[in-house]
Amino acid sequence: MSEIEIRHLTKKFEVNKHWITALEDVNLSIESGDIYGVIGMSGAGKSTLVRSINFLEKPTEGQVLIEGTDLAELSGRELRKKRSEIGMIFQGFNLLEQKNVIDNVCFPLEIAGVKKKEASARAIELLKMVQLEEKERAYPSQLSGGQKQRVAIARALATSPKILLCDEATSALDPQTTESILKLLKEINEKLGITIVIITHQMSVVTSICTKVAIIDSGRLVEEGSVEKIFESPSSDAAKELLSGVKRQASSLEILPAYRVIRIVFSENSAYEPVLSNVILKFGVPVNILKADTKNVNGKAKGEMLLGLPDDPEVQEQIIAYLKERELIVSEVKDYAG
Amino acid sequence: MLDEKVILMLLEGIRDTLYMTLFSTFAGYVLGLPLGIILNVTRADGLKPNRVIYRILDITCNIVRSIPFLILLILLIPFTRALVGQSYGSTATIVPLVICAAPYIARVVESSLNEVDAGVIEAAKSMGASDFQIIRKVLLVEAKTSLLTGMTITTGLLLGYSAMSGTVGGGGLGDIAVRYGYYRWQTDIMIVTVILLILIFQIIQNVGMKIANLLDHRKR
Repeated sequence: MSEIEIRHLTKKFEVNKHWITALEDVNLSIESGDIYGVIGMSGAGKSTLVRSINFLEKPTEGQVLIEGTDLAELSGRELRKKRSEIGMIFQGFNLLEQKNVIDNVCFPLEIAGVKKKEASARAIELLKMVQLEEKERAYPSQLSGGQKQRVAIARALATSPKILLCDEATSALDPQTTESILKLLKEINEKLGITIVIITHQMSVVTSICTKVAIIDSGRLVEEGSVEKIFESPSSDAAKELLSGVKRQASSLEILPAYRVIRIVFSENSAYEPVLSNVILKFGVPVNILKADTKNVNGKAKGEMLLGLPDDPEVQEQIIAYLKERELIVSEVKDYAG
Repeated sequence: MLDEKVILMLLEGIRDTLYMTLFSTFAGYVLGLPLGIILNVTRADGLKPNRVIYRILDITCNIVRSIPFLILLILLIPFTRALVGQSYGSTATIVPLVICAAPYIARVVESSLNEVDAGVIEAAKSMGASDFQIIRKVLLVEAKTSLLTGMTITTGLLLGYSAMSGTVGGGGLGDIAVRYGYYRWQTDIMIVTVILLILIFQIIQNVGMKIANLLDHRKR
């Protein structure tokens, strides 16, 4: 049984007497202990998807099952109980501005009716875990963005949930702070065995901590699988776009490709051979490196390069065949607009 | 001019004015606070949207608020007499003051609560909070500075209205000003009452804003 199972989920909103489909027939299984990334461009429907997991958004059609329980079948009281077993953090942190740090962390326990003394002890324990024990009397307005998100994480964990939902939790933070928050989430996942669902538009977030990923494009789930697999050989346009950072809707002028552009991915073991130099020497043609980068995908170093190939289609095919022979993963980049 | 009799009268005037102002503010909140909460909760993007309830309260508040206070004072005379047995004096003035204040307070409370960040409410929902818990522990707590500012403004307004009731024998400093200043041409006594009203207003305004700022943890 999956920890979270989403079946044929469709969500429509009525806006000015028009129905807008935010999600269409989404199916997803998230296993216990996963760090599951859901990635998509803004407006793709990923926020609606994460809000469906704790029924902040009720689906128009389809089901959401948490540990086999269909949320639609729960009474109001049972649903609130279930929600308290699912922690959630947000892009805007959403801390209570008029309460200090420790009272914020105690808040979900107060709601659940836990005694004040017991709640305080638990809150101090959690603040230690997020390394903010010395800030317990501070108010949110006195904290930095990263500190606020740490308080929010401690608060989300107060009721010892089995699931933690993160809605663009690092989108308002700078790269260093993002990294430290992601590290913290990974630690929480490993230490407490909590299933984490991360909604983001940043591929770097997915590649650095997620084990699995789903790609949402215009309300549909277009691709799903291990992060490694999708990083190496993305099949959907949305995945390629998110990986390369290249926009699909380029202007008509930019759509005319100067030359054929391919993306190659190599892992640690294939990084020794000077493949590119060999290509140039072997075929006697110039190859243009448009972008080169190394990424840490779940602790493994992955190199990625965008190459502009020469005009001759025959040579292009030969180069691609040669690269594939060297066990590199080659994919086309359409509409490269530099 | 300021002999013992006049001073005693002015002291009684201050007492009556404070009694009318503070009591009508208190009673106004007993009625207006729940109304304001209901307005906030039932609005289109509130916790429990309900068009019918919202529209009824919305229109009722607007009707009462569009009647000038002096006219409300006269309109309510039979009602006041039935309720407290007489239509003049400070206790009688409290009745129209409360009726006038309640819808005003409801609006002030509604707009304070509307300012609470929707994200914080969503976070509370995600923790499993009930609507009642959200009202008590999130809306009223997060909006407390704005609510206190609103209360200060309301108290100031009611101080002015209580003085206005002096024209129909409402008691308090306004009554003294009208009786001595207008009917007896004793401008000096009128000026003293006006100065006293200004002082009381300043004290209410300053103390109210001080408390609101002291309890606000958003800045710094």
